[in-house]
Amino acid sequence: MKTFPIGGVHPPENKLTAGCVIQQLPVPQSVAIPILQHIGTPATVIVNKGDTVKTGQVIAASKGIVSTNIHSSVSGKVNKIDTIIDTTGYKQTAVFIDVQGDEWVDTIDRSDEILTDIKLSSEEIIKRCLESGIVGLGGATFPSHVKLTVPSGKKCDVLIINGAECEPYLTSDHRIMLERGEQFLIGVTILMKALKVTRSMIGIESNKTDAIEHLTNLATAFQGITVHPLKVKYPQGAEKQLIKALINREVPSGRLPLDVNTVVHNVGTAFAVYEAVQKNKPLFERVVTITGKSLSKPGNYFVRIGTPVSKLIEAAGGLPEDTGKIVSGGPMMGKSLNNTEVPIVKGTSGIILFPESESERMQSESCIRCAKCISACALNLEPYLLMTLSEKGLFERAEKERITDCMECGSCSYICPAQRPLLDYIRLGKSTVIKMARERVVKK
Amino acid sequence: MSNLLNVSLSPHTHGKETTRKLMFGVVIALLPALFTSIYYFGIGAIIVTATSIISCVLFEYLIQRFIFKKPISITDGSALVTGLLLAFNVPSNIPVFIIVIGSFISIAVAKMTFGGLGNNPFNPALVGRVFMLISFPRQMTTWPIPAGLSTKYIDAVTGATPLAIIKEGLKNGESISQLMTQIPTPVQMFLGKMGGSLGEVAAIALLIGFVYLLVKKIITWHIPVSVIGSMAIFTTILWLINPEKNADPMFHILAGGVLLGAIFMATDYVTSPMNPKAMIIYGCGIGILTVIIRVWGAYPEGVSFAILLMNAFVPLMNAYIKPKRFGEEVKNG
Amino acid sequence: MSSTVLITIISLSLLALISAVILYFIAQKFKIFEDPRIDEVQAVLPAANCGGCGFAGCRNFAEALVKAETFEGLNCPVGGAVTMEQAAKILGKAAPVVEQTVAVLLCNGTPEFRPRTSKYDGVPDCRIAHNLYIGETDCSYGCLSLADCVRACAFDAMYMNSETGLPVIIDDKCVSCGACVKACPRHIIELRKKAKKDRKIYVACSNCDKGGPARRACKVACIACNKCYNVCEFNAITIENNLAYIDAFKCTFCRKCVTECPTNCIIELNFPPRKPKVEAQAETVAT
Repeated sequence: MKTFPIGGVHPPENKLTAGCVIQQLPVPQSVAIPILQHIGTPATVIVNKGDTVKTGQVIAASKGIVSTNIHSSVSGKVNKIDTIIDTTGYKQTAVFIDVQGDEWVDTIDRSDEILTDIKLSSEEIIKRCLESGIVGLGGATFPSHVKLTVPSGKKCDVLIINGAECEPYLTSDHRIMLERGEQFLIGVTILMKALKVTRSMIGIESNKTDAIEHLTNLATAFQGITVHPLKVKYPQGAEKQLIKALINREVPSGRLPLDVNTVVHNVGTAFAVYEAVQKNKPLFERVVTITGKSLSKPGNYFVRIGTPVSKLIEAAGGLPEDTGKIVSGGPMMGKSLNNTEVPIVKGTSGIILFPESESERMQSESCIRCAKCISACALNLEPYLLMTLSEKGLFERAEKERITDCMECGSCSYICPAQRPLLDYIRLGKSTVIKMARERVVKK
Repeated sequence: MSNLLNVSLSPHTHGKETTRKLMFGVVIALLPALFTSIYYFGIGAIIVTATSIISCVLFEYLIQRFIFKKPISITDGSALVTGLLLAFNVPSNIPVFIIVIGSFISIAVAKMTFGGLGNNPFNPALVGRVFMLISFPRQMTTWPIPAGLSTKYIDAVTGATPLAIIKEGLKNGESISQLMTQIPTPVQMFLGKMGGSLGEVAAIALLIGFVYLLVKKIITWHIPVSVIGSMAIFTTILWLINPEKNADPMFHILAGGVLLGAIFMATDYVTSPMNPKAMIIYGCGIGILTVIIRVWGAYPEGVSFAILLMNAFVPLMNAYIKPKRFGEEVKNG
Repeated sequence: MSSTVLITIISLSLLALISAVILYFIAQKFKIFEDPRIDEVQAVLPAANCGGCGFAGCRNFAEALVKAETFEGLNCPVGGAVTMEQAAKILGKAAPVVEQTVAVLLCNGTPEFRPRTSKYDGVPDCRIAHNLYIGETDCSYGCLSLADCVRACAFDAMYMNSETGLPVIIDDKCVSCGACVKACPRHIIELRKKAKKDRKIYVACSNCDKGGPARRACKVACIACNKCYNVCEFNAITIENNLAYIDAFKCTFCRKCVTECPTNCIIELNFPPRKPKVEAQAETVAT
């Protein structure tokens, strides 16, 4: 079975919702849609207070190359344009809409029919992705149209689809592969057409046997798509690790997958691309896993962007009394939220509620130099050293030790027997080093 | 929900591995060797081990309580491991006061002066052992003969270790083939029927501990295998050059504290290198230095000195021997 | 016996002599000429090596002083005017008059005024908390209460008040080296002109949000209502980014803005109590 060669950890899977069919979350009474839900420049708001909007209408337009459109996820009236604390942990500008009915933009095909024929050309597909606001739905939220545009001088010979879903708890990609398998594979074919490649590999961790079987059967009808089971090991779904596991190419440090002639897209993204291209439906809802050990009805839901987390928790049986921490994303890389009114955004793959007993960190002790962090690091860095260097403010040395290579997967902090906050300090060092490097460029 | 939400950086989950679990894992791995030594050396082994453990933990407690004035961390088990290893490195008939002095040197001088667990450059148990060896050479080099659950402590019947027999014999001009008749057979040595420090004699018990440590992923194979491997290669070369002057590799590995040193002392987290490449160099250094001390040095046994000497190189190795990073570009001229 | 002693003495003396000769020549060979005034200037500097002057240490600053044509832009905030004058005397130059400053915290978000909305569980380091999220309160500009500034202070001039959760600056000890200003990731410490009797009037808020959100996050936030701006007769107050700022050089300590501020975010310190008003009130009560 394929896997990446170095490092990795085995956190308990806790896929409580793997068997829960995706349900539709009722449209809430009001939504707050942040205008920055992707990596890059925030979109520009093009609606005003008091405007009436339809579901699927553009409310903030893409600005610059690395940016994308934001659509209204509901129909109703724009209440205000204000700030709200979102998953970034800071106040961001958002469009607040009061819901009235659910009237969709006319051009959206709302039928259940599965459309196999791809009518659009490669360029049109990329344009449609930008118009529909498609971003990487695995969590990084990089605008997809940028990733699909192969710059001149570079080439791509294989498309990799990331179905590893190596984060514990999360099951949204798993359910899409099971329930929307055909649409997902059409989405992959569309991506292949956009990239002009003939080969696509789908990597799925072997704990999702049903999805692997289902897709292997379906894929026989699609040309060039193959399904590959992967060993269950975190971070199997990290871009560079997945490329190494599937096609044994090593992305050089500081470079992109395109430098080894490949592009990686996520399962959720492929499905969103299908809906955008075949059904003309922009990205205004996504599958979100709501889970937690003390939650009464954990599940997977289609959630409109901008819905407050509290509504989702309500649907899952209400906020348990002992909740100590709410995490958006997976437990290894997700961000913890400081209130329940945070809106669901394009990058929210799951909401996890941790009971109080699991939400507090243990007291950190002194490093015993056991080197477990080194053996856990999938990039073969030395986390203990990087932490010490940034703790002591020796950022130049940290840069030489390649602190910027760190992908913040959290394996080192996870494994550390002395519960040291390795990644906290590495993040600090990394952001400082990046800032320093930027200043150097400006000076030159 | 009555309280405020907790906010912290990811990861939001932890592997449940703790320093304490690792330390007690080492203790469990040492138990087979402890039981065999009790079987061979009887009451002496129990007295020595108990004294050593109690005094090590006590010194750590006293220093943390009255000098550091910081939270007490004796429950992490590191002092327990030091105490156990120190006991394993001395003869079973050693007087109690010497062990207490040795424990004091181990904990107070070798460990706490550097700031406690995680900061000491040299293996505490070995520093204590070497201190005792140099300060009390007579008591430290008279070894009781295994007598099967003996009730004798100080007055146990003593004899020389195989290594000492070879060393003395070669000095007096005897050949290896003559000397081999005076020492236990390899099978006896494998089972531990020979004179020696109380924990080092039974190879079989130490190997069981090694397997446990590997299975529990407490240590990796790199250091023990490279220590034993490099010793085997080096002694084979010497043996092939002159079998009448040099003992065979099998003897070198089974005699003395090689296995105890390679499996438990050299792999001490704090004082060993952090990445596999450096671990192998470190292990080979220990193996080669041990043979050099045994063959050409004044002492019959050299594992302790070899490990301590290599400990001194660990910071250097950590700084200059780096693992190959993922995605590191190979410079093509 | 005596010959042994003799040989020992002779051989050791020889050894010493040879070493001395070698050392002498090496010292000559590697001698670097340094302006002797650098040492002199360094001697009058405070030797705190705090970096407040913008140089790595006092030695570097002394070198810069010796090299410089004028003292323009060079100042030792720790030693102040006295030190600069001494240095100027050694170098035969004129020391410019530099206003003395003192560090001031532009935030008054005590738990009473600024309620906690979440619990930060992680390394007690402002920079890390600042990179992570808004902080334990709803104010994204205010103090994070994790004491980076206190740790940065080399002069023991700061401490954390455990009740308010805010750092306190001891004016007498503060040498305005600026270490805390640099350490604060939210940039809410300012070096302000030192006035007579340590008197201060300043806007103790850094919140650039609009009035509504600012007020919701903290009861003593500046809501940019312009009242202080309107009342100030000396153009000392500017309002930018929804935040008022009092220029310490223009302020005449008339204290009108303090009473005008609806959220009490303008703070006056080390003033005698306002007698007239108290009396007026007392009179009205009496009648």
